[in-house]
Amino acid sequence: MKLYRTFILGIKSLLLHPMRSILTVLGIFIGVASVIWLLAIGEGISVEAQRQIESLGADNIMIRSIKPPEEQGANFRQVNAYGITRAEMKMLESIPTIKTIIPIRELPKEFTYNGNPNVKPIQGRLVGCTPEYAEVMRLEVEDPARSHFLTSIDVNSSAAVCVIAAELAKRLFPSEDPIKKQLYLPEDKTYYEIVGVLKHRDPTAAIGGSLAAQDFSLDVYIPYSTMQKRMGDTVQKRGSGFFSMQIFELSQVTVKVDDVENVRKTAKIIEDSLKMRDPERQDVAVVAPIDLIEQSRATKMMYMMFLGMIAAISLVVGGIGIMNIMLATVTERTREIGIRRALGAKQSDIRRQFLVETIVLSVIGGLVGLLVGLLCPVAIDIGRNLLESLAPRAYASLPDVAKIMKPIIVPLSIPLAFGISVAVGVIFGMYPAMRAAEMDPIEALRHE
Amino acid sequence: MELAADIRELTKTYVLKGETVRALRGVTFSIPAGDYVAIMGPSGSGKSTLLNLLGCLDRPTAGSYFLGADDVAKMTDDQLSTIRATRIGFVFQSYNLIPQLTVVENIEVPLYYQGRLGTKARKRCVELAEMVGLGDRLSHRQTQLSGGQQQRVAIARSLVNDPYFILADEATGNLDSATTAEILALFERLNNEGRTIIMVTHEDEVSGHAKRVIRLRDGLIQSDVQQPNRLTFAKSTNRPAAPVAV
Repeated sequence: MKLYRTFILGIKSLLLHPMRSILTVLGIFIGVASVIWLLAIGEGISVEAQRQIESLGADNIMIRSIKPPEEQGANFRQVNAYGITRAEMKMLESIPTIKTIIPIRELPKEFTYNGNPNVKPIQGRLVGCTPEYAEVMRLEVEDPARSHFLTSIDVNSSAAVCVIAAELAKRLFPSEDPIKKQLYLPEDKTYYEIVGVLKHRDPTAAIGGSLAAQDFSLDVYIPYSTMQKRMGDTVQKRGSGFFSMQIFELSQVTVKVDDVENVRKTAKIIEDSLKMRDPERQDVAVVAPIDLIEQSRATKMMYMMFLGMIAAISLVVGGIGIMNIMLATVTERTREIGIRRALGAKQSDIRRQFLVETIVLSVIGGLVGLLVGLLCPVAIDIGRNLLESLAPRAYASLPDVAKIMKPIIVPLSIPLAFGISVAVGVIFGMYPAMRAAEMDPIEALRHE
Repeated sequence: MELAADIRELTKTYVLKGETVRALRGVTFSIPAGDYVAIMGPSGSGKSTLLNLLGCLDRPTAGSYFLGADDVAKMTDDQLSTIRATRIGFVFQSYNLIPQLTVVENIEVPLYYQGRLGTKARKRCVELAEMVGLGDRLSHRQTQLSGGQQQRVAIARSLVNDPYFILADEATGNLDSATTAEILALFERLNNEGRTIIMVTHEDEVSGHAKRVIRLRDGLIQSDVQQPNRLTFAKSTNRPAAPVAV
């Protein structure tokens, strides 16, 4: 009852100066809202990063071939053979923890369809791989009854078949069914029969320097054996006044490990065996997404701490604002304090009264901040849409993660925000309340 | 006779800027229950100091002060707060209502600090407000009341805890003569009903209404006289002492 009355009294006193109270509350409001926003955005970003990394598969290890810098020549450029070789891939088979080995060779190519005279050649990516690639990269065919990914028969017979990505299918065959049609590569003058069309797959983000972002939308998949037979290991480019050549057997080897537990160990063995002869070898990189997951967790922690610090600073600033106002209020209400003391208030009563008032202020700020904080996902969406329509160029220059990230309200942030605002009220209200309580009642009564 | 307050050899010494000021130098008197005392004296006589001590807002340097059975001279700050809340009713020159509270809530404040709130307490506050003639202004605030009305609220507030005495400090100092008469009549009526009243004043017109006048000078009692021929409203107006509309 008494506390309830103190609370009501606090509200009444605050309502004596509504503008002042609102401005004071603003500091805490901004602090709490920013805590919730920062946590939500941080969580959103980290979940997005996590999702992208996990889409690479936690039990996979990727061995990438890295193209060395080209020799500087005016019109003739050659790169010696680089990257992981078929022999080295063969060697990986002897590692017992490796379950599947997928050879991958990627080439930029142009694709077209001769049945449609309106189609211009489309620049895309030709990927030589094996049937397991679909599983590891999480690719699925559309309409499995009529289409399928590459099969081991295709690989063994080096068949001239291909599977194409949804986007490419849409562009080459706007009005036709691509299945059983012949895809034409004008540079090689070769045809491939389309046996499958893939479902759309979101691009993966780049991770560090060793794994580039992958956009699957214009991919064509053919059996690795077919690619090797038809195109060899040399890539030549001729243009007006220049000639370039590079030799590599494989762009990447992806291996699937029998157990997530063994990923690190296996990656170490692979790396050691690849660098057995030349420990300084630069043309291969062993990447285990699981490491990136760990790394992203650590980054997330760092990020959260950083954001937490910003939020803490804004709360301290808000708290100092409250303290400032409360000190002014205490001086202003010296007379009231004197009256109350004369009428029987103990020091503790006065202290409680002002403390409750400060806490009411900060909790109101906290609650409003909480409400605004919960609007974060909606507000971010609106903000993005506004930016997109008002300043498309600025929007385009945003990093991908800022475009697709969805803020996630961390459930903990609700009690946290409330707790923080009470704590700020107590911490920053204590001093003004003590000042009020320690006033000499006689002096206070005489105060004008 | 039962005593409302009993003061023996009360002294109070301040140290002000390195100089010792002997504000009270041994004051002894007692106030029987039902008395109506005016304390007078020029400035510097120790009047204010005595008022603070009587109001338990301060502690004496030496001597004793019995309020009922308890010597409050050596009580702690918290104990003094409790004494103020339960045994003393203050009425101040500048009314000293709390601006954010209504009339009833102001009357209620001393009960609040005794933890005696409730519907019963609220009812008593309303009755007191009615008694001082403010039954129709229960939810008004200080700014909506005249000086005389504010002082009547203050008097109602001083009565809410059934104090041993009402301690009025220049209670009519800010009021015009008509309102002063109103307030003094109210005091007289309360005194007739058995309330003990101690008022500090420097106006003879006001002290003339008291049954007894104590004059201070230089920290000592100069005179302590009964006033058998005091001014009363009963005599002058020839009607029961209730000029205030109830």
